[in-house]
Amino acid sequence: MENNAFYVALSLLLNLDASLFQIVALSLQISLLAVLIAAVLGFPLGAAVAIWRFPGRGGMIVALNALMGLPPVVAGLMVYLLLSRAGPLGEWGLLFTPGAMIFAQVVLVLPILAALSRQKVEELLGEYREQFVSLGMSHSRMMPTLLWDARFALLTVLLAGFGRASAEVGAVMMVGGNIDGVTRVMTTSIVLETGKGNLPLALGLGIVLLTLVMLINAGAYLVGELTRRRVG
Amino acid sequence: MKKTLNLLLAGVASMGLAFAACAEDYITLASTTSTENSGLFASILPKFEDTTGIQVRVVAVGTGQAFEIARRGDADSLLVHDTAGEKRFVENGFATERADVMYNDFVLIGPANDPANIRQAQSAKEAFAAIAKAEAPFASRGDDSGTNRAELRHWKNAGVDSDGDWYRELGSGMGPTLNTAAAMDAYVMSDRATWVAFGNRQNLTLLFEGDKVLFNQYGSLLMSEEKHPHLKHDLAQQWHNWLISEDGQQAIADFKVDGQQLFFPNAK
Amino acid sequence: MTAFQVPRLASSILSPSPELCFKDVSFSHEDKVLLGPCSFTLKGAGPTLVMGPNGAGKSLLLRLSHGLLLPTQGQITWSGEIRPRQAMVFQQPVLLRRSAVANLIHALAVNNVPRRERVKLAHDALERFGLTACCNTPARVLSGGEQQRLTLARAWVLSPQVLFLDEPTSALDPAAIKAVEAAVHEFHQRGTRIVMTTHDLHQAKRLAGDILFLSGGKVREHSPAEAFFEKPVSREAQAYMAGELVE
Repeated sequence: MENNAFYVALSLLLNLDASLFQIVALSLQISLLAVLIAAVLGFPLGAAVAIWRFPGRGGMIVALNALMGLPPVVAGLMVYLLLSRAGPLGEWGLLFTPGAMIFAQVVLVLPILAALSRQKVEELLGEYREQFVSLGMSHSRMMPTLLWDARFALLTVLLAGFGRASAEVGAVMMVGGNIDGVTRVMTTSIVLETGKGNLPLALGLGIVLLTLVMLINAGAYLVGELTRRRVG
Repeated sequence: MKKTLNLLLAGVASMGLAFAACAEDYITLASTTSTENSGLFASILPKFEDTTGIQVRVVAVGTGQAFEIARRGDADSLLVHDTAGEKRFVENGFATERADVMYNDFVLIGPANDPANIRQAQSAKEAFAAIAKAEAPFASRGDDSGTNRAELRHWKNAGVDSDGDWYRELGSGMGPTLNTAAAMDAYVMSDRATWVAFGNRQNLTLLFEGDKVLFNQYGSLLMSEEKHPHLKHDLAQQWHNWLISEDGQQAIADFKVDGQQLFFPNAK
Repeated sequence: MTAFQVPRLASSILSPSPELCFKDVSFSHEDKVLLGPCSFTLKGAGPTLVMGPNGAGKSLLLRLSHGLLLPTQGQITWSGEIRPRQAMVFQQPVLLRRSAVANLIHALAVNNVPRRERVKLAHDALERFGLTACCNTPARVLSGGEQQRLTLARAWVLSPQVLFLDEPTSALDPAAIKAVEAAVHEFHQRGTRIVMTTHDLHQAKRLAGDILFLSGGKVREHSPAEAFFEKPVSREAQAYMAGELVE
């Protein structure tokens, strides 16, 4: 069966299967957009928790760390209840659209980006704090400086977030509905084909997904290495 | 750095537009995995879209979940196979109308060596009783789906207790249940459509079929405008009407897999 | 701490040296008194070199003076109404992961210097401290001596009235030490009040205007440099100068 799967994966790619492309494109759009939004929200959040002392800070750190392990299917269920017509955000009409899937993945990825950036920024702050205070930097001024200084580590954090988003199926299945041509992505396709007993096809799709994620990670690594050499 | 940011923003904006651009008429149909996985929808939906220009977006889940989705107002229309449940749905005011659309049948699948010897059974009742008596492994969907509810009725009619180590409740859809049954070499009750399309049979084969009690009726429901005014009632009405019209019924009959017709139209 | 407006004419002679006054200051951590109680006033042109054996509390005194730490007891005050502009150079240079010139521009930006002026001020400072060649080099790949000169350049662009230095040359080779001491002298020429710790006797002899001698967390002596080196008054200072181990 494993041999079958490789042939299937290869033939899917070589035949430039149109529906495959559509599914791959949708998967990438959703996960990349979700990671982007989560970064815009999560990195400043992580930096803020690292920089400021406030009551409940310890609890917040524990919560962020714990939420990194939020089961996707639970996140999916919670977002479904939020976005359902019977729920508080029903007016938005987001359910069973790619928008809902992005929403759910942001919920999953945000804790990862916030928790890991917090840790990295706190590390850097240990090194920089005295000099920053000496230079006259306010806490809020420290935030962008630290985030930019941590950029190489944060790239890896972004990849971790992307890995989580592109790999999960529980959340997108629940809030997207796996609608053919509208909300069907790589992972939900794999579940569907497995359910139909088309195991070679399912495995083939899995190989395509893995290859894609591998390429993205390789690209990010190269970009990281090239810029790191220039900046030390 | 600025350049990258601009590119990123442009990318985000275009994605946003692409998502918004799906502005054509569509309805959300909550249905079951048997209709989706068999390929029925892939066959009949294009015909409906060609005639009316309405896209039907199918969310295929277990019957229990389909009812819940409709109850919450997240689906414009409902097509399931649990007549009793459908009638209750109308009684409780969530739907205004239900109509028979088509039927398929359930078949009993099992390991080729047939330890409970259900090949020789004269009726479904006998077959189920034989499995229970032999305490042969049986894979049940256990997910409150239409199929599952039908299966439980059959155990009841056969007058046997489906309690014991041999009875495995999986909480899964039809496909995954078949996968597990194949791996366990267990008996399983499946709808014919999913079985015919199923690719991972391993040692399983069709052992019993044909008893009229195994017929599986599908019904289409119209949602209540009163309970959920925001739904696309006009479009859903068009879909509902098409299904029970001559065109729709013919489209259902025309759908074949390996030369076999899987769904039999029976709208009144 | 607030950011200050940097004066436009960066190389002009600054206003008269501010005076620093410690009154019954002590600093404790977890019920252990690490410094003090001590009282003294730093006035005059300086440079003040703070000397003493390791663990005497020199770094603590510097950090308390600069405001990085708050005293557990006592008061630290500056003469004049506004707190003077200060900068600090640490034993290990602390630089951002960017180019040398970018580090200076960042310091200027943080202190609200108008964007148009930042680049010029940065390049001028780099030139003054002999770093023009490495202006686009990542700051972290520079040699120890170059990095320390860079932190001095960064302090320079902010036109501090007081410059604190915490053993800035202890990790450097003789050539680099010479360059850093020359840089410190530039600050002194411009009118910046220097307060620097060192464990190098000869460096103190080269640079000091007055000596503040600490041992065991207390100020043992505070005298003009010449007088101190000719004949220290306190017992601890005498022992230290004689090369004996002092607590």
